[in-house]
Amino acid sequence: MLKTQPMTQRIEARFQKCRQEGRAALVTYVMAGDPDPETSLAILKSLPKAGADIVEFGLPFTDPMADGPAIQAAGLRALKVGQDTVKTLDLIRRFRAEDAETPVILMGYFNPIYVYGVDRFLADAKEAGVDGLIVVDLPPEEDDELCLPALKAGLAFIRLATPTTDDKRLPAVLTNTAGFVYYVSITGITGAATPDFGKVATAVERIKRHTSLPVVVGFGVKSGAHAAAVAQGADGVVVGSALIDALKGTLDAEDRATAGSVEAVTKLVKELSEGVRSVAKRAAA
Amino acid sequence: MSAQAQPNSYRTGPDERGHFGQFGGRFVAETLMPNILELEKAYEEARNDPSFHADMAYFSTHYIGRPSPLYFAERMTEHLGGAKIYFKREELNHTGAHKVNNVLGQILLARRMGKKRIIAETGAGQHGVATATLCARFGLECIVYMGAVDVERQKPNVFRMNMLGAKVVPVQSGTRTLKDAMNEALRDWVTNVADTFYCIGTVAGPHPYPAMVRDFQCVIGTETREQMMQAEGRLPDSLVACIGGGSNAIGLFHPFLDDKDVEIYGVEAAGHGLSGLHAASLTGGRPGVLHGNRTYLLMDRDGQIADAHSISAGLDYPGIGPEHAWLHEMGRVKYISATDEEALDAFQLCSRLEGILPALEPAHALAKVIELAPKKPKDHLMVVNISGRGDKDLFQIAEHLGNQIV
Repeated sequence: MLKTQPMTQRIEARFQKCRQEGRAALVTYVMAGDPDPETSLAILKSLPKAGADIVEFGLPFTDPMADGPAIQAAGLRALKVGQDTVKTLDLIRRFRAEDAETPVILMGYFNPIYVYGVDRFLADAKEAGVDGLIVVDLPPEEDDELCLPALKAGLAFIRLATPTTDDKRLPAVLTNTAGFVYYVSITGITGAATPDFGKVATAVERIKRHTSLPVVVGFGVKSGAHAAAVAQGADGVVVGSALIDALKGTLDAEDRATAGSVEAVTKLVKELSEGVRSVAKRAAA
Repeated sequence: MSAQAQPNSYRTGPDERGHFGQFGGRFVAETLMPNILELEKAYEEARNDPSFHADMAYFSTHYIGRPSPLYFAERMTEHLGGAKIYFKREELNHTGAHKVNNVLGQILLARRMGKKRIIAETGAGQHGVATATLCARFGLECIVYMGAVDVERQKPNVFRMNMLGAKVVPVQSGTRTLKDAMNEALRDWVTNVADTFYCIGTVAGPHPYPAMVRDFQCVIGTETREQMMQAEGRLPDSLVACIGGGSNAIGLFHPFLDDKDVEIYGVEAAGHGLSGLHAASLTGGRPGVLHGNRTYLLMDRDGQIADAHSISAGLDYPGIGPEHAWLHEMGRVKYISATDEEALDAFQLCSRLEGILPALEPAHALAKVIELAPKKPKDHLMVVNISGRGDKDLFQIAEHLGNQIV
C-alpha cells in the first residue's frame, strides 16, 4: 500500500481544521466551463468565501453514465462553449493563484484523461494545483490505469464506496485510496433520490471501521437540512446537482449567464454551510 | 497493423481481467462492480453446467428455429461472376435477426440468477425486440432504452416491442441514438442494481459481456463450418459480416480465427463517407474508454465522443467490441467500410436477385461482397452473414429511394 503523498496535505489540513472547529466539511461540485469559463471560475472563487471547505470541479464529458440530468446538461453546456481539459486545468491554475489552501478535486470520467495522456495529465494537473481526482469509471480492478500513477505523482485518488460495496469488498476499495472516501448515499445517479439518512449514518459507521480516512457523503443532498442530517455522522457533505440546478435557474434562453448567476450558487452554498455548521461534532483530540 | 507478435491461437481471449490485448476491461462505477463480478461467476457456472446447454439447445431449435440455413446465393453468384457466394441466413431466426441467439443465453442466465427485471439498450430495435420476445416467453419485466432519433426511424420495431409487453423508453439525452440508450441503461442499472439484469445487445460493455455475448453468437460460425463441410466438403475461403458493435461478425468469425487460410472481412458503416459523418470506429477512430471497455472510438481531440452516422440504426455507434479492436491491431481480420449509398444499392440488388430483403446492416456486408466477389476465382467460397431481415427498414429505404427518384 502506498503511503500518503505530500500533495494530499491540503486535503488533510482542511479536514484537520474542520475537526478542530468541531464540524463536518462542506464539499461542493460545479462543472468547469458551465455555462462559460469565466462564470464557472467566478463561481469557483466564490465557493470558499460562501463556506465551501473543499471544491470539486467537474471535467466535462459527453457520456457521463453515472450522472443525472442536471450534471449531464451542465457538461453539454460547457462542451458547447468549447470547454476542454486544457482549459479546465487553466481555470484551476487561475483559482490557485488566489487561493493556496482550499483543496481542489477534479471529478469526471476516464476517457478525456486517457486521451490527454495519463502521465502528461498528472503532471499538468499537479502543476495547476489539483489535489485529488475522482474518476467514476475506474473501480479498483483498473487501478493500474490512473490510481497508482496518480499516487506516485502525489495526487490523491479518491474512491467511491457505494451501498453495494459490502464488507468483503471494502478493503479492496479502500486500498490505494487517499485524501478521503466518498460514500455514494444511494444506488443511483447524481441528483436523483434523496437518501435515507439513517441508512447513510449506518453505512458511514461501517466504512469508518475499515479506514482512518475522512468519509464524506454525496448524491441526493439538496438543502441545508439535508446537509445537517448527513453531517451528523459523516466527516463531510458533498453537494453538486442542487448547485447546478440553482445556476441553471438563472441562465437565459440561450443558456448564458445572467447578473444573478454566481449569487444564486453562493446563496445555496451559504445555506448548506449553515446546515453543516449547525451540527456540533466532538472536536478532534 | 500486424507489428505485434502473433499468438498461437486467436481464440483464447480474454484474460481473467477481461482484456483482449490492451482492449476490454471493466471501466464501470463502483456501484456496478459487485454485480459484474456476480454475473461473471454465474456465467462461469452456467458455461460448465450441461443443463444450461441443454436449455439453450432446446430453445434454439424449437423457439428460434436453428440451425439457420447456409444458402447458396446462385443468382448473386452468377451476376457478380466470381466467388461462389453463400448466405448464412440469420434473418430467418425468430424475431428476424441474429440478436436472439445472445438474448436467449442472457435471459436463461438471468433466470438462473433469479433476476426478474430485464433492461436492454437498442439501436435498430432488433435487440430490443429479441429481448422483449424472450421476456414475454419467460414472464419477465422488460424495459428497453432506445434513442429518440431511433424511435422515430424504427417505428415498426417500437410497435413490436409494445405488443410484446415491453416498455420502450425514448432517450432524449446526448445525441439521442444507441450510445445514449446505453448510457441510460447503465443509469437504470446503477439505480436498480439489486433486482435488475442488464441484457447487452452486442460484444461490448464491461467484462464479461464481450466474451459472453460472443460465446452465445458463436453458434453462427459453428453451424457455418459444419454446413460448408456438408455442402462443399471444405472450409470457406472468406467470411464477410457487417459491424456496429460487432456481435454478428464475431459470431461468424470466431470459430474460424485459427484457420489461417480463411480470409475474414468486417464491414463498418462509412455513412456519408469517411471524410464526413460515419460510424467506422476502426477505420476512423482511435483507442479510448467508453461504456465499460477500452476500444476504438470516434472522438474529438479532447476525448469527447463524436456523433456517429449511418443510415442503419444498428451500426450507428461510435465504438466497436474490444475483441474486434484487438483483431484489427493483430491484423487477423481486415476491417473495411461501406457507405450509405453502397448499402442501399446492395439492398436493392439482393432483393431483386435473390428475393431476400436484407436489413440495412447486412446490406453493408453485401456491398463489400459486390466489390470483393468479382475479383475472386469461381472456386472461392465466400460466406456473408445476412444478420437480419429488411422489413424494419422499408419505410426508411422508401424515403431515401423516393428522394433519389425526385
